[in-house]
Amino acid sequence: MITEFGHFALILAFLVAIVQAVVPLIGAHKRWPAWMAVAEPAASAQFLLTAFSFAALMYAFIVSDFSLRLVTLNSHSAKPLIYKISGTWGNHEGSMLLWVLIVTLFGAMAAWFGSNLPPTLRARVLAVQSAIAVAFFAFILFTSNPFLRLAVPPFDGQDLNPLLQDPGLAFHPPFLYLGYVGLSMAFSFAVAALIEGRVDAAWGRWVRPWTLAAWVFLTIGIALGSWWAYYELGWGGFWFWDPVENASFMPWLLAAALLHSAIVVEKREALKSWTILLAILAFGFSLIGTFIVRSGLLTSVHAFANDPERGVFILMIMGFFMGGALILFALRASAMEAKGVFSLVSRESGILVNNILLAVSCFVVFVGTMWPLVAEMFFDRRLSVGPPFFNMAFSPFMLVLGLVLPVASAMPWKRARIARAMRPLRYVFVLALAIGGLAYAMQTERTLLGPIGMFLAAWVVMGTMVDLAQRTGRGPGRLRRLTRLPRADWGKMTAHAGLGVTMMGVSGLMAWQQEDIRVAEFGVPFEVGGYSLTLDQVTNTEGPNYLSTTGYITLAQDGREIAQLRPEKRIYPVAQMPTTEAAIDYDLARDVYVVIGDPQEGGGWAVRTYIKPFTNWIWIGSGLMALGGLLSLTDRRFRVAAGARKTVASPVPAE
Amino acid sequence: MKRLALILMLLAGPALALDPSEMLSDPALEERARALDHALRCVVCQSESVASSNANWAQDARRTVRELISDGASDADVMAFFEERYGEFVRMNPKMSGSTWLLWAAPALMLLLAAASGYGYLRGRAGASAPQDRALSEAEQARLRDILKE
Repeated sequence: MITEFGHFALILAFLVAIVQAVVPLIGAHKRWPAWMAVAEPAASAQFLLTAFSFAALMYAFIVSDFSLRLVTLNSHSAKPLIYKISGTWGNHEGSMLLWVLIVTLFGAMAAWFGSNLPPTLRARVLAVQSAIAVAFFAFILFTSNPFLRLAVPPFDGQDLNPLLQDPGLAFHPPFLYLGYVGLSMAFSFAVAALIEGRVDAAWGRWVRPWTLAAWVFLTIGIALGSWWAYYELGWGGFWFWDPVENASFMPWLLAAALLHSAIVVEKREALKSWTILLAILAFGFSLIGTFIVRSGLLTSVHAFANDPERGVFILMIMGFFMGGALILFALRASAMEAKGVFSLVSRESGILVNNILLAVSCFVVFVGTMWPLVAEMFFDRRLSVGPPFFNMAFSPFMLVLGLVLPVASAMPWKRARIARAMRPLRYVFVLALAIGGLAYAMQTERTLLGPIGMFLAAWVVMGTMVDLAQRTGRGPGRLRRLTRLPRADWGKMTAHAGLGVTMMGVSGLMAWQQEDIRVAEFGVPFEVGGYSLTLDQVTNTEGPNYLSTTGYITLAQDGREIAQLRPEKRIYPVAQMPTTEAAIDYDLARDVYVVIGDPQEGGGWAVRTYIKPFTNWIWIGSGLMALGGLLSLTDRRFRVAAGARKTVASPVPAE
Repeated sequence: MKRLALILMLLAGPALALDPSEMLSDPALEERARALDHALRCVVCQSESVASSNANWAQDARRTVRELISDGASDADVMAFFEERYGEFVRMNPKMSGSTWLLWAAPALMLLLAAASGYGYLRGRAGASAPQDRALSEAEQARLRDILKE
């Protein structure tokens, strides 16, 4: 019964969304306050209805209601409760419902917290946001309805993909979706501004928190996914340049560009049309990401819903919103006249360089991801583009980004001199070079990747700290002034340092990883990279919904025991799938990563051991980036109502 | 326990990536073989190389790689062997030939284009006159008078 209510609520939400997409838009055009005012209660109602519908689906998963087709296909009564809950979005239909739930959540938040927006802009933003919701409600109801019943319910379900039964992955999709969909808010603001025909500092200030929030969520989501891949897939890779990963990475890059360029709009009223275009494209890449995942067009580990029909539907949604927004942009962009004047060398131009690097690197990822498709369609070549291409084509952009970052962020607005910006940084630069040189001297491998990574990381981290210290000025009381700096400054420092820390982790791991594959005999210790490992025994045990083969391994260094490792090999009988559960001894300097393989014919077991230096810094850095975003989000200028547009300005017609 | 052992045996199924039994005894050859494993795509998997895949096909491919290089084949010979049978798709990275040069050149081309338009924009901004120089419009002057009167 609850399921039927949920289904009904979803249909009602669809109808409310249609009303909200049309009425406020007309109201804003005709200046009818009553019509514009429809948007807010509609946004709240839409959210509550969708939330109820989602809760109903979750309830069906929790009580294992196998009369629901979706529950039968993706759940099992023996599954732990947390995975019954995460099973709600661990499948195509449920994840689309989560997607639209977040669209309506952001719409409702804009309605609740948007009281300082001019009424016409608010009405238009909410209408555009609702139009996105309409498209996805239609998609769910017409092609992927989660509430379909089975005429003859089975006794038990077919289980969730065991790879997805993991705490890291349980919360990876919601964060990712919060990020993807958060960008819909920036899109709605951009389209609303194009319809209004004006973009000013206040617009930049409104659009930035939404972008920042979306970017923070994307950062967390991507980091969770990468961490999951690291410990779950059994050989400790953290990034595969898989189409689906790229699908989340491209919006992240553009969102990062957007949140920088929005500062220029806010503080200097320049880069306006570029910022609008970025806002449109960032959400466009979110839609492309959805399309890639949902259509299964590009094969990938994640494509659990290979269905061309759905792909075409999403392609139509994408075509409508991107086409519409870009046409609108072409018609109106000329009205976005820039005001700020600045010289060739200035903070503005620094941010422009940041934007160029981030946007072009995003397009590089895009070209690499789509190339197999292009090659097949136009050149009749079936080929694949793998990690070596991406590593080679993408890394230089990050290298330049890291080099420029500390200097550019130390430059003042309007007019700067590179020499002056460099002056406080020169010691740090030399120190960073020394660290890189030290890394080069100490390593046994003849790779440049590691030393360059260490130099870059040290340069970025220390450079941003010096920049923050510079902001306290001279004379006594610097420490007190440091604590009173705006949170935006702290956020900037934290996020930039986080990027440096991540660079350190990535380059350290890629340059200095050690791999060892061997047959381990019981009780006979073996050496890997200065560590001694002993396989003591192997047992077979039974988990709640899986069978496990567990190795007992003692890890020791210099005769001292460091850890007991328990690598597992699991088999999920219902899903007929094996998984590896690597045992990892975490440490800031290095991870020891052990995987148990198969028993060997001549006795003993296959054991794979990796020494992975600096790995944890990848996620510590991601965490710092997210924290920096949050700090920035709580800056006073966002908390206090931005009153830059108290009176109703007469909008300037665009033509 | 007996039942468990039976189920485990039945389901033992795919081996997990590279197994010690597959490895060559000569470390130099084995190192070459691993590099080749990373350059070959597992054609029955989804975006995985032969090196990391657990599929039976990948296991066979790893064995083939090792047989070929034990018989004295060069790296290029091994790639050609696989390409002949499975097409260009089996390479992790496409060859730099024909239309693919466009892919490899794309990053540099896009960066040039972006840098050029960025520079053009900056030149425009640097040369622009400050908006303060502009006189207020009629409407703005009216509003200013209103505000000053208050």
